[in-house]
Amino acid sequence: MTRYIRHAAVFCALLLAALLVNATRLQVVQSRTYDDSPANRRATIARYGQPRGDILVEGRPVTGSRDTREQLRYERTYADGPLYAPVTGFASQEYGTTLLEHAEDGVLSGADPMLSPLPLWNDFTRSRNPGGDVVTTLDPAAQRAAYRGLGGRKGAVAAIEPSTGRILALVSAPSYDPAVLSGNDRSVARSWARLNGDADRPMLNRAVRQTYPPGSTFKVVTAAAALDAGVITDLDEPTDSPAPYRLPGTTTTLTNESDGCADLSLREAFKWSCNTVFAKLGVDVGVTDMAATARAFGFNDPALRIPFSVARSTFDTTMDKAQLALSSIGQYNTRATPLQMAMVAAAVAGGGQVREPYLVERTTRAGGATVATAGSRPVRQAMHPATAVRLKELMTDVVREGTGGNAAIPGATVGGKTGTAQHGILNSGTPYAWFVSWAQGEKDLEPKVAVAVVVEDASAFRQDITGGGVAAPIARAVMEAVVNSRK
Amino acid sequence: MTKAGTSVRTADPPTPAVRLPRRRGIELALIVLAVLLSVYGYCAVGFARNGTVPPGAAGYGAGLGVLALMAHLAVRWRAPYGDPLLLPIGVLLNGLGLVLIYRLDLETPGDRAAPTQLVWSTLGVALFIVVVLLLRDHRVLQRYSYVCVVAALVLLTLPIFFPAVNGARIWIRIAGFSIQPGEFAKVLLAVFFAAYLAANRNALAYAGRRLWRLQLPTGRVLGPIVSVWLLSVGVLILERDLGTSLLFFGLFVVLLYVATGRTGWIAVGLLLASLGAVAVGWLEPHVHGRVEDWLHPFASIEAGRGPNQLAQSLFAFATGGVLGTGLGLGHSVLIGFAAKSDFILATAGEELGLAGLSAVFLLYGLLVERGYRAGLSLRDPFGRLLAVGLASIVALQVFVIAGGVTGLIPLTGMAMPFLAQGGSSVVTNWAIVALLIRVSDSARSQYDGEAIP
Repeated sequence: MTRYIRHAAVFCALLLAALLVNATRLQVVQSRTYDDSPANRRATIARYGQPRGDILVEGRPVTGSRDTREQLRYERTYADGPLYAPVTGFASQEYGTTLLEHAEDGVLSGADPMLSPLPLWNDFTRSRNPGGDVVTTLDPAAQRAAYRGLGGRKGAVAAIEPSTGRILALVSAPSYDPAVLSGNDRSVARSWARLNGDADRPMLNRAVRQTYPPGSTFKVVTAAAALDAGVITDLDEPTDSPAPYRLPGTTTTLTNESDGCADLSLREAFKWSCNTVFAKLGVDVGVTDMAATARAFGFNDPALRIPFSVARSTFDTTMDKAQLALSSIGQYNTRATPLQMAMVAAAVAGGGQVREPYLVERTTRAGGATVATAGSRPVRQAMHPATAVRLKELMTDVVREGTGGNAAIPGATVGGKTGTAQHGILNSGTPYAWFVSWAQGEKDLEPKVAVAVVVEDASAFRQDITGGGVAAPIARAVMEAVVNSRK
Repeated sequence: MTKAGTSVRTADPPTPAVRLPRRRGIELALIVLAVLLSVYGYCAVGFARNGTVPPGAAGYGAGLGVLALMAHLAVRWRAPYGDPLLLPIGVLLNGLGLVLIYRLDLETPGDRAAPTQLVWSTLGVALFIVVVLLLRDHRVLQRYSYVCVVAALVLLTLPIFFPAVNGARIWIRIAGFSIQPGEFAKVLLAVFFAAYLAANRNALAYAGRRLWRLQLPTGRVLGPIVSVWLLSVGVLILERDLGTSLLFFGLFVVLLYVATGRTGWIAVGLLLASLGAVAVGWLEPHVHGRVEDWLHPFASIEAGRGPNQLAQSLFAFATGGVLGTGLGLGHSVLIGFAAKSDFILATAGEELGLAGLSAVFLLYGLLVERGYRAGLSLRDPFGRLLAVGLASIVALQVFVIAGGVTGLIPLTGMAMPFLAQGGSSVVTNWAIVALLIRVSDSARSQYDGEAIP
């Protein structure tokens, strides 16, 4: 019997060996595969196991973390949620992250290896860094002014500091409170369904993720192209343009909102926003030069990130003359985000230079030590500096004497351009009211702020829906907030 | 009646007593180590979770220590030659099990299992002490083999009259405690198999007709044992407890092989096992699902239903890696309701890592090895078969459940000896260790097979 007992013992030893080999396979050889499975909640649990870093506006956090003692322990909270939602986005246990919460997630969640005091330190200690902070470029006064100005009407505001590209305000309305998406209880799912089902689309970031026909505000680009191409040499010389203007190669004629546009000079045509003049100017410049100028301003750039991605603003590069004529007054396929139009205004204000806009000044460790700064951004010359000087003059005239009078700020130089973009079949939709502008305080050496405002559905009478009437006051409020601030 | 002065005509002088060292001191030292390790684990959980020593640490340590000490004294008194490793291994595994259950209790504040488990462990150790004190010679059991088998069958049949829990009719509920009688039946059946095979092994091996290379025993000899086995397995299939029927089947084959030495039995056993497994796996939806899960553990994830228990268990093991996350710092509670019972090993794998898991496996391996060793050194066939049977129960059980939760073989619900939540299981395993101590005491003392006084 002894022999057979030994055999049975060997059999048991084999079973033990099989268990040990299999455990090694599972825990060492293939462990990475299991760790990386999207169904494995451990990464998520670790991620929410510590408070998230904060997003700061002028040194004050606009976000926070709440300890729920649940499995996904720390929940995001927001101070002034609706005001900053187009910047922060949301950070939800259930629905992931968006906007800054998403773009800077590595720093905020503590996963970014740059946060560790020494390279490879975390791999060694198997620990996670506390979440770092993200310091934004926002000016809270400008942000609040823009939000209050929109007052819940559908629309967006983008404000940039022309000399740097810092984004001072980024507002989209109607907005929502990202706090309702934090956590993972049932109310979060309800909020998610409600927000997604809302016809007003409150979670859409209209300032950077929505493009609109820019309408007459695009005339700034057309004017820059005409001046740069030498089609116009003197602002006050008649432009030799008929009104109404028959689109080349068609029987369609283009008219103006106001009378007396025929053969007007660029200065007057800009002031009174004559469609006929600018349509013809665009055709005279030609599609190649128009497209080149538009691209220099930032159109057709799909790669812009601030650091979250910005929808591509478009200007067609191949079209016939009739289409070019319409494109040159911001219609046909020309579309722009409010941020893009703020960049146009900023280029004029900043001597013709377009600086890539950015929202994050720097990122820091939990203790405040800087991890990364915005650094130097790419700069493009969108037009000759001399052209910029002349455009500033044109824009200033618009506010002083033309359609943009509502944007005037006492004691400051303000330049602007109105726009009323028609859209829909046979222009049946409520027009979009646009206003792009910049402002320079009395004591400032250069313009401090460039703004673009779009209002989608002004509930006023149709004839009142114009950039000058609806959008310009909002732009003024934002510019005032920046120009009058002590900084 | 010897006359005075008659010279004693001597036969060979009696062989000098080869008394093995008793090694009770080593046992005590190992028990102290086992208790300290368990208390350390308990404190580690508290530190990891709250940064303090958990409030019950002293009580827990004292309780475990007193239990272990009493068991040790019983062994010292009545089984002084008992294997010195068995009791410390039992204490350490039971202590570790309590730590793991306590640790999982922290995640389910509404459902605390550790206090109940502590009560059952106390009962288990009490049973251990009773067995060591009252059972002076394991051969007594041989006389009661038929009592054992009847008791085993009664125990196995009982749960049929109670409602099913989680799809299996293996529990009975009495006064708030749920008992799994099948657990106790294991030991009783092992006793019966050992006694019967010891009595009839020659008839099984050498009598009867020969079919090709297989020596068939006569029906008279094989009949009772096969019918008992069939009955038990039948009952278990009715109760849908495949783990235990698999265990009985394995135990039966191992003991038959050890008793008769016929490799043919293994061949027949494996053939029957595979036929049975294929048939059941094909026909029984419950088992079929288990096999499907084993072949495709991530199928439910791909189907969008989220990870099933097995996938969660694999995640837990994988997270542990070599050194583990540390006690109290894993997330094996994601496994769900069976985390404290069938899947307790996943917590060990996640929080103690491959290192800790291997240590646990080796502890079981050592326990089994000591059982086999006792079997080898005994001289009576019953004792040998009993020792081998008890050790094999532990070995098969560990393999089936550990192989199941690590994805080596299809999952079969079974309790990890000593570690898993389950009162009947803990009590039974303490009984097994007590019997192993008893047989090893017989094997290691100078006992040479004389009649029982």
